[in-house]
Amino acid sequence: MYRIFKERMIKGIVTCRIEPDLRQKIESSGNELKALIQQKFGRSLHIREVDTGSCGACESEIIAANNPLYDLQRFGINFVASPRHADALLVTGPVSKNMVLALKKTYEAVGEPKFVISCGDCACGGDIFVSSYYVEGGVDKILPVALHIPGCPPSPMAIINALLVFLREK
Amino acid sequence: MEELKIISELKVVQPDFIPLEAVSLYPDEAYIKVKGEQFADICLVLHKILPSPVEMFFAVDERQKAQKFILNCVFVSLKKSLWVTVSTDISENHPSFDSLAKNIYSANFFEREIYEMFGVLPVGNPDLRRLNLHDEVWPKGSFPLRKDFKAKQPGELDSYKFSRVEGEGVFEVPVGPVHAGIIGPGHFRFSVAGEPIVNLEIRLGFTHRGVEKLFEGRAITEAVKLAERVSGDSAFSHSWAFSMAAEKICGITAPKEATYLRGIFLELERIYNHANDIGGIALDVGFSFASAYASLIKEAILQLNEKLTGSRYLKNINQPGNLEANFTLEKKICLIATLDKVMRDFQELVQILYSSVSFMDRVDTAGVLRKKTARDLGIVGLAARASGIPTDLRKYFPGIYKEAKFKMITQESGDVLARLKVRIQEVEESSRLIREFVTKLDFSRPKVKLTPKSGTALGYIEGWRGPVLYWLKTDINGIIERCKIVDASFHNWQGLSFAALGNIIPDFPLCNKSFDLSYAGNDL
Repeated sequence: MYRIFKERMIKGIVTCRIEPDLRQKIESSGNELKALIQQKFGRSLHIREVDTGSCGACESEIIAANNPLYDLQRFGINFVASPRHADALLVTGPVSKNMVLALKKTYEAVGEPKFVISCGDCACGGDIFVSSYYVEGGVDKILPVALHIPGCPPSPMAIINALLVFLREK
Repeated sequence: MEELKIISELKVVQPDFIPLEAVSLYPDEAYIKVKGEQFADICLVLHKILPSPVEMFFAVDERQKAQKFILNCVFVSLKKSLWVTVSTDISENHPSFDSLAKNIYSANFFEREIYEMFGVLPVGNPDLRRLNLHDEVWPKGSFPLRKDFKAKQPGELDSYKFSRVEGEGVFEVPVGPVHAGIIGPGHFRFSVAGEPIVNLEIRLGFTHRGVEKLFEGRAITEAVKLAERVSGDSAFSHSWAFSMAAEKICGITAPKEATYLRGIFLELERIYNHANDIGGIALDVGFSFASAYASLIKEAILQLNEKLTGSRYLKNINQPGNLEANFTLEKKICLIATLDKVMRDFQELVQILYSSVSFMDRVDTAGVLRKKTARDLGIVGLAARASGIPTDLRKYFPGIYKEAKFKMITQESGDVLARLKVRIQEVEESSRLIREFVTKLDFSRPKVKLTPKSGTALGYIEGWRGPVLYWLKTDINGIIERCKIVDASFHNWQGLSFAALGNIIPDFPLCNKSFDLSYAGNDL
């Protein structure tokens, strides 16, 4: 317990410990995002993540977006354990044939209104995997995709910024 | 010469054994070709005398050139620093062979894979259920890794048959493929009697993307990009193992400077993943402070990676014979400064975990993988070391790690705590290695020219989970004809299904995270 207190005192609020320009970027896009989510959804945005055959790098970056540095949660965006709790699906991977049914079922389980975000280059058109015998070649072949976040993998900042631009247009 | 020693050892057990061919392809690779009827026997003898689990077992389709399939079974002798490949030909008219899995359990999943991908039947293997091509979406009779495969043929679909545990009070808990966390897809079928898990069947393949087929027809210089996308958290291990195989085929060695840089990046990859897992283990017992703390350590290394290479996951820098990181003195200073800071935080994290009684209580004796079980299953890498098996390619094969007097970390108890301790000590060792490698850098940027050649070679690297193996076969223009990948996850998922036995389901995430296996690296 003593060590935890000690570390808390030493570190303070870690979110401040990032480089000033990066921090400014997160704060500015983040606060705008919070306002937009409140305007569009009335409260916070809940997202369910689905991996349809990604290499795991996108997952790693989505998790990083939730770490104390980027702290996506403070802007009202939560990653939830069940599609029943979600407003949106965040889908990664080029959609392996084995995941088609699971992806459709997860989408059906999300309550209306709902939308789908694809994340990572291979989720949009399949990228390097497009000619494979076992992939569908992109999330939009299976579900209507409202937003695509490019990158291999997209950085946590890219994820936050893409959400912002999208919500402004929606 | 090594192949002759192996042959003479084989003859002690099998006096009448005469190989069709025995050569040393490379100083670290021996190749023994045997008759089809001797294949299973010779593999069994090698398995026992080396001793080694089946590290790799795969088929190559040579029907268009030579009307045959080739089977290669790869063992490793850590003491001799030698990979031993036993090979045999199979007629295309009767594509079948005597199953190795009857005597060597670690051959089992490889045989299932050979059967589903090539339609080559392992006679006598009792379990021929498919791994990656799920019966619900892929009809029988389409074998994608055959050279003449164009598209799937229409055919009958089926469903997967889980092994069932029956009896009073036994019930099943299906989990997945979409899990609660932000993680890859897989299906876990728990059978529980009261609270303890009595059987766990793991069905994977959900992220199957046909990677091995995608390698075929690509030039080796272009295929690195694909290797980096096999398993995202091991991007550098994969690109290095692939590059190593390509370099061996082309008869070149990477310059020393590039090799030290590779060593540095491989250890950075290990540190950020181990930190991530230590945080994951803390999170799965509900210790969120330690988990958040660990995520900052991971983030610090990812940002360091970006500064050093332009990629948070160390992509796009490895090339056969080359490493394009533009490593300067400023980068060296930045690396050491960040490492100092990260290691200070890391020591603090370790103290926070070790001084929490409730945390230690949860990880101690949870998810035990016994040494005997690990040996029988052919468990590799970190999980094997935590169960008391001394195995680490960095220690046993010559190279920069041996020069730096690499210290292998092992634990005996095989539980979550043992795997945690191995991780913690490995991070410390990695930090030492990076400091050692950095002193060897002279900031020259020598390049080696790559001339494509035909041949076969095995590339191997001890990634953070365990060995990453690439077996490559190229044609005269350097175009890949066959690429077989084995990530440590392929062996170790079976270990998890045994480690979970006797634990309660709420402890399963903890067991799972202590292995932290790749879905994508297993499913390919």
